[in-house]
Amino acid sequence: MDSSTWIGIISICAAALCMAIGAISPALGEARAIQQALSSIAQQPDEAGAISRTLFIGLAMIESIAIYCLVISIILIFANPFWSHVIAKSGG
Amino acid sequence: MDITPDHLILFRWGFVHLNATIVYTWAVMLLLVLAAWAATRKIRLDGPRSRWQNAMEAIVIGIRSQIREVSGRDGSDDYIPFIGTLFLFIAASNELHVVPGWHAPTGSLSTTGALAICVAVSVPIFGIRKVGLKKYLHHYLSPVFFMLPIHMISEVSRTIALAVRLFGNIMSGSMVVAILLVIAPLFFPVLIQALDLIIGLIQAYIFAILAMVYIAAAVHREDEKPQEQTT
Repeated sequence: MDSSTWIGIISICAAALCMAIGAISPALGEARAIQQALSSIAQQPDEAGAISRTLFIGLAMIESIAIYCLVISIILIFANPFWSHVIAKSGG
Repeated sequence: MDITPDHLILFRWGFVHLNATIVYTWAVMLLLVLAAWAATRKIRLDGPRSRWQNAMEAIVIGIRSQIREVSGRDGSDDYIPFIGTLFLFIAASNELHVVPGWHAPTGSLSTTGALAICVAVSVPIFGIRKVGLKKYLHHYLSPVFFMLPIHMISEVSRTIALAVRLFGNIMSGSMVVAILLVIAPLFFPVLIQALDLIIGLIQAYIFAILAMVYIAAAVHREDEKPQEQTT
């Protein structure tokens, strides 16, 4: 197999692995955060505004880890720099 | 498939290339300016208010109350022009996704990077204006002087995070819709697009609130000291 095939195979596998592993830990983290926030709101309904605002900010922080993985996977699949380098080098 | 509207050249004139990001940014700017002009044209304090004025007052009061909850004390009016503009621009460009053929300018890393750099520059400006240059710079050396590189890294990384978060959310939204159009053409893309509208609004809110949190952290550095000493 030539190098472009290898680059294609490895890029797709790396994108899938990146997304699969990178989605697990933010999912666990968000689940814990929401669980804590819900029980806090159930205990103190008066503070629901402050809790949910902080929850949103925290969720955005946690979620951005998954978003980094998503961006890297999408770059690997749709705008792969190594792939285009090889294609440009072979004059395709 | 394009992952950013930067590659979509709409207009070419000599060496000037107008891509979709710039054109749609101009469209959002024009829309916001026209709406603001129409709302404030016949503004008045007494008597019955027009619908436009009522809507505008609701928006401004909502933004101000949100800012006040984060910044904690009076003086929130200093931040309304910056934070409110950020929120309205991002929210408008995300929500205009309901218009067919719209490419949200926030789906391009250039736009979100520019917005994040605006936040990164405005944080020291607001901080120095409130607490003074010496106190502001002293924060970088606290609690000990070798924390300086870590503070630097955190400033840079949070700016990058701010840009990539918005870009990733908006870009992935349109990308998921495009992929679903191939797999399940009729019903699912509509649902996902409706979800995208919510996500777009939440991301606009989060971008503005995070900018406000960063500014508030820079501005309130003066009262960190006594708290640390008492505890």
